[in-house]
Amino acid sequence: MSKHEKHQGINSEIISQALVSSFYKLDPRHMVKNPVMFVVEIGFLVTLLLSFFPDLFGESSTDLRIYNSIVAFILFVTVLFANFAEAVAEGRGKAQAASLKKTQKDTEAHLLDAEGNVKIIRSSELRKDDIVMVKAGEVIPGDGVVIEGVAAVDESAITGESAPVVRESGGDFCSVTGGTTVVSDWLKIRITSEPGNSFLDKMIALVESASHKKTPNEIALNTLLVSLTIIFLIVIVTLYPMAQYSGVTLSTSTLIALMVCLIPTTIGGLLSAIGIAGMDRVTQFNVIAMSGKAVEACGDVDTMILDKTGTITFGNRLAAEFLPVQGVLPKQLMRCASLTSFSDATPEGKSTLDLARRLGDTTVEPTGTTFYEFTAQTRMSGVDLSDGTAIRKGAADAIEQYVLTLGGRVPADLRELVERVSLLGGTPLVVCENEQILGVIYLKDTVKPGMKERFERLRAIGIKTIMCTGDNQLTAATIAEEAGVDGFVAECKPEDKISLIKKEQAEGKIVAMTGDGTNDAPALAQANVGLAMNSGTTAAKEAANMVDLDSDPTKILEVVEIGKQLLITRGSLTTFSIANDIAKYFAIIPAMFMVAIPQLSILNIMDLSTPYSAILSALIFNGLIIPGLIPLAMKGVEYKPMSSGKMLAKNMLIYGVGGVITPFIGIKLIDIVISPLLGTLGL
Amino acid sequence: MFQLLVTLLIYLLLVIPVGSYMYRILTDKPTFGSTFFDKVDGFIYSVCGVNPQQGMTWKQYAIALVVTNGVMLVLTYLVLRLQNLLCFNPNGIGSMEPTLSFNTVISFMTNTNLQHYSGESGLSYLSQMIVITFMMFVSAASGYAACAAFIRGISGYAKEHVGNFFKDLVAITTRMLIPFSIVGGLILIWQGVPQNLDSNFVVTTLEGTRQIIANGPVASLEIIKHLGTNGGGYLGANSSTPIENPTILTNLVEMYSMMLMPGACVIAFGKMVQEVRNRRQQNRSLREKEEGSWTAKFFGREGRSVFMAMGLLFLFSLGLCFWAESQGNPVLAEAGLSQSMGSMEGKEVRFGIAQSALFTTVTTSFTTGTVNNMHDTLTPLGGMVPLLNMMLNVIFGGKGVGLMNMLMYAILAVFICGLMIGRTPEYLGKKIEGREMKLTAICIIIHPLIILGFSALAIATEAGLAGITNEGFHGLSQVLYEYASSSANNGSGFEGLADNSYFWNITTGLAMFFGRFLSIVIQLAIVGSLMKKSFVNESVGTLQTHTASFAVIMVFVVYIFAALTFFPALALGPIAEHLVLWQ
Repeated sequence: MSKHEKHQGINSEIISQALVSSFYKLDPRHMVKNPVMFVVEIGFLVTLLLSFFPDLFGESSTDLRIYNSIVAFILFVTVLFANFAEAVAEGRGKAQAASLKKTQKDTEAHLLDAEGNVKIIRSSELRKDDIVMVKAGEVIPGDGVVIEGVAAVDESAITGESAPVVRESGGDFCSVTGGTTVVSDWLKIRITSEPGNSFLDKMIALVESASHKKTPNEIALNTLLVSLTIIFLIVIVTLYPMAQYSGVTLSTSTLIALMVCLIPTTIGGLLSAIGIAGMDRVTQFNVIAMSGKAVEACGDVDTMILDKTGTITFGNRLAAEFLPVQGVLPKQLMRCASLTSFSDATPEGKSTLDLARRLGDTTVEPTGTTFYEFTAQTRMSGVDLSDGTAIRKGAADAIEQYVLTLGGRVPADLRELVERVSLLGGTPLVVCENEQILGVIYLKDTVKPGMKERFERLRAIGIKTIMCTGDNQLTAATIAEEAGVDGFVAECKPEDKISLIKKEQAEGKIVAMTGDGTNDAPALAQANVGLAMNSGTTAAKEAANMVDLDSDPTKILEVVEIGKQLLITRGSLTTFSIANDIAKYFAIIPAMFMVAIPQLSILNIMDLSTPYSAILSALIFNGLIIPGLIPLAMKGVEYKPMSSGKMLAKNMLIYGVGGVITPFIGIKLIDIVISPLLGTLGL
Repeated sequence: MFQLLVTLLIYLLLVIPVGSYMYRILTDKPTFGSTFFDKVDGFIYSVCGVNPQQGMTWKQYAIALVVTNGVMLVLTYLVLRLQNLLCFNPNGIGSMEPTLSFNTVISFMTNTNLQHYSGESGLSYLSQMIVITFMMFVSAASGYAACAAFIRGISGYAKEHVGNFFKDLVAITTRMLIPFSIVGGLILIWQGVPQNLDSNFVVTTLEGTRQIIANGPVASLEIIKHLGTNGGGYLGANSSTPIENPTILTNLVEMYSMMLMPGACVIAFGKMVQEVRNRRQQNRSLREKEEGSWTAKFFGREGRSVFMAMGLLFLFSLGLCFWAESQGNPVLAEAGLSQSMGSMEGKEVRFGIAQSALFTTVTTSFTTGTVNNMHDTLTPLGGMVPLLNMMLNVIFGGKGVGLMNMLMYAILAVFICGLMIGRTPEYLGKKIEGREMKLTAICIIIHPLIILGFSALAIATEAGLAGITNEGFHGLSQVLYEYASSSANNGSGFEGLADNSYFWNITTGLAMFFGRFLSIVIQLAIVGSLMKKSFVNESVGTLQTHTASFAVIMVFVVYIFAALTFFPALALGPIAEHLVLWQ
């Protein structure tokens, strides 16, 4: 996994900037977007007023001035903490956007007109469908498609991957991104985006705006938090006359303190940080999510549609075994196989040579040979030795045809060998020496290591994996078996993918898929989560809701886990926040009424020293827990795949039960520390 | 203790067939006697000009319910105001005062049955029958109809229409309320409950004083009072009098009749969810495995966890009430009165602590509001139990509304738990999103807003304070109780509150009205929104809502959300009173 400097975590610069912006965020116009913290801010303003004018609401007690100002101070800090959490999370995104912007500097572009004349203009003046020429050492001026040339391109500005990648016209490697640099050769590029609308622009906008758009789930959770806030407002407002009736006059500060303790400030303060950090974790994986909604949808994925080649298997067919026909010695087969492969640079050729070497073949490369490359027409490759011997390897029917035309015959057991290899999901390469068929090289499509375990993990959390491949039924079945996927579609055409997605969606499933080619674009758009490879076509990238900058299709698995982790973190901290209320009640309620109704002191189970100390301890705990949980909000709750029941039990235990117990301990400790201090202040 | 267990066990045996019966009625499946009932209902439809096949959307259904109830409100108001001029008034009762009439008709239309009047002196026999008994049927049937629509929607049984309100209203009345009432009523009459149109007896007691003994159509009202979880007694003293509740057998019949239908709603819900599930379930082997469990068969998988959650809440309440009452009253003990039988003040010796505590818990869990003992004289913690039950308003609840409220908490629980397992929340195969959360939130806010808001108003104003007869903590409990009872549409009184005044009549009238109709309309809106969604897939990664652990989580969600809301008020009321009493 490539990681580079700019994706690193929190540094002191981010923190100091976050500190500054947490003050800017005190602006009520900003605060009102977070209703829970907005209520705290109002509480702060009221208590601040009461610090200067303690008799504002007709109370008169000399020591209230100090008490009010302490409450005001704690509330102020609580709001700052929440702003700080958000600012830190935003800070990482901003740092990334800034570094992206650096690559977006205005460059020169060599515009080619219809006659092929070069005109130098600013890259910002480029329009869609302009043709530009980029030579080695120059920066590609905008997003586009290669229409001519082959070149190595350094895309580290976008992906962080330092090794250059090859870009060429045609096929799935024709798209280039503005801001990347050509390091060798040249490319003729047709620009595909209008200025200000390039991929880089979009990425910057995304990274910067991550904090402003609320996802559907965030909106729903926010509704819950607001309704809790309203409920507790009702509780507090009605408590005043009830207490009055019972002979207790509650000070406004105490009521505000109780309210702030009860409303879900912990999750309210951390909610946007969790969302931003979740997006950021995806970005750290070098995946750009077009929206938070896409990351959220990842958590719900039921079915994952994966291409076999490149995702599940290496895609290169590697020699695994030599299978001679009857009457041929393995040695002879290996020798001929090696001879055909010395000049063969394909993975098939190289691996044939490697395998032969491993099995003890010592053939040396002869001189004076003529090499025939594999073509789609001949479907075979091979050499003619200097003595005229023709050795070929290739598709079974092509070699059979070749041998028959030379007057040879097809050995009786060849068909059986070929079928056996096919049955195992391999590709048979038949080897012949002149008109004699020697045997079969078993080329195996190798499943990437660890895939089986990953699919196991997915199955544990209820995600079904379906493999799509252009292979025939038999081959597909073997690979599916070996990789441990839940289902497969053989001889799959792009439209089959769409119908598969639609079928799954009709059953109410959320479908994720990866894709790179242009013909994947409709399927990527149809899927709930579409992850396009950065190496892929622009159409695919536009259709997808996520783009993997490393072009590693297996990353979809990680992204799904990040999506889940994001939701889990949100839920766990909500539970924690609400569970905290129990202890806060036991701190504040007895403190409020102990003086007037001494019998209620039995509810003071934490044995907090004085009413003032009890209320302030609860309030301080309530404030401190926010920065205390920032690391968890940023990192996300630990996630291990397990059944829903187990996971629920585990998280309930940690965050539910833990959320009940923690504040009892925390408030008591704070009380021990502050009660002597309050004593000196006369409270 | 033993009799409590036996009573509850028999309940469990009875509720299953009733639930199954209700499920079959709500899904138009043939039942015992359905050919006969079809004819009866068909006649009613043709007289009323109702087309029972006409489906209604949730909006149409809600409008039909509110308008039908609204018309009845107006008519019954007129009857009360004019009862002195109308027939069946042998005792010569006068016209009812406007605010009291307002309160009374709302009270009975909302199935609350809060009584600021006393039946024997405030109502003519015509009013007893047309206003009280009639509304007891209609308000209960309206509640069950709303619940039927709600279940059809939330289970996914219905896709577009939640049913036909008039059909549900009629079917529930003719197939459940009336037949059950006849059977139960006959048992009551057999046990000595009066059923006639004679005027009151006047007798000379052994001490030589004259006493008026109430008379009239008691049994018919008595049975629907419980069956419809209404609770409004024929007499002021309700089911604690031997006229309404003479024997231990009538006590049981009355309890079972209030418990059966609310419990049956949960079962009907479970079975309907199961039916929809089976329809969708492709994997046969999985289905067989699911059906293997007998509890799942009887309650439906999803019904089982809801029933269990309600059951746990109920048992906790019952345990606390029974324990608190058994402790007796320390002040009386100090005065030399033996408390070995528990706190018998305000209780009938016939029923003792166990049947009184059970009745109290049942009547407030199932939001009936009938009483067989004086709730005002319960020990502070014992009295907190009915108060808390009504504040929660989810423990079975009356006329199906408890199920609807409980499912609001199920949605909340699902929302939090769903996130904790890394999925956006879903319940019964439908995604819970912003709109549902908003409506659920409003629904959950209404109840505390009404109770705490009006209570605060009452103790902050002269008019409110005038009604409070007890000083201190107990006074606050009385006020809280009155509004909790109104908002939860329970109707039991803590009594001891001088509540027949303009202030109390009007505020409790509003509390009852909003507590009932706002909730029902919002809840129907929620299912309306859920119905539009398509089912999402279920896998091992999906939150399991049919398990015992989910039931426990629901219990905690109810306690945390509802109890935390009311904790400060309770601390100043019953808890403070208890601590002072036992210091």
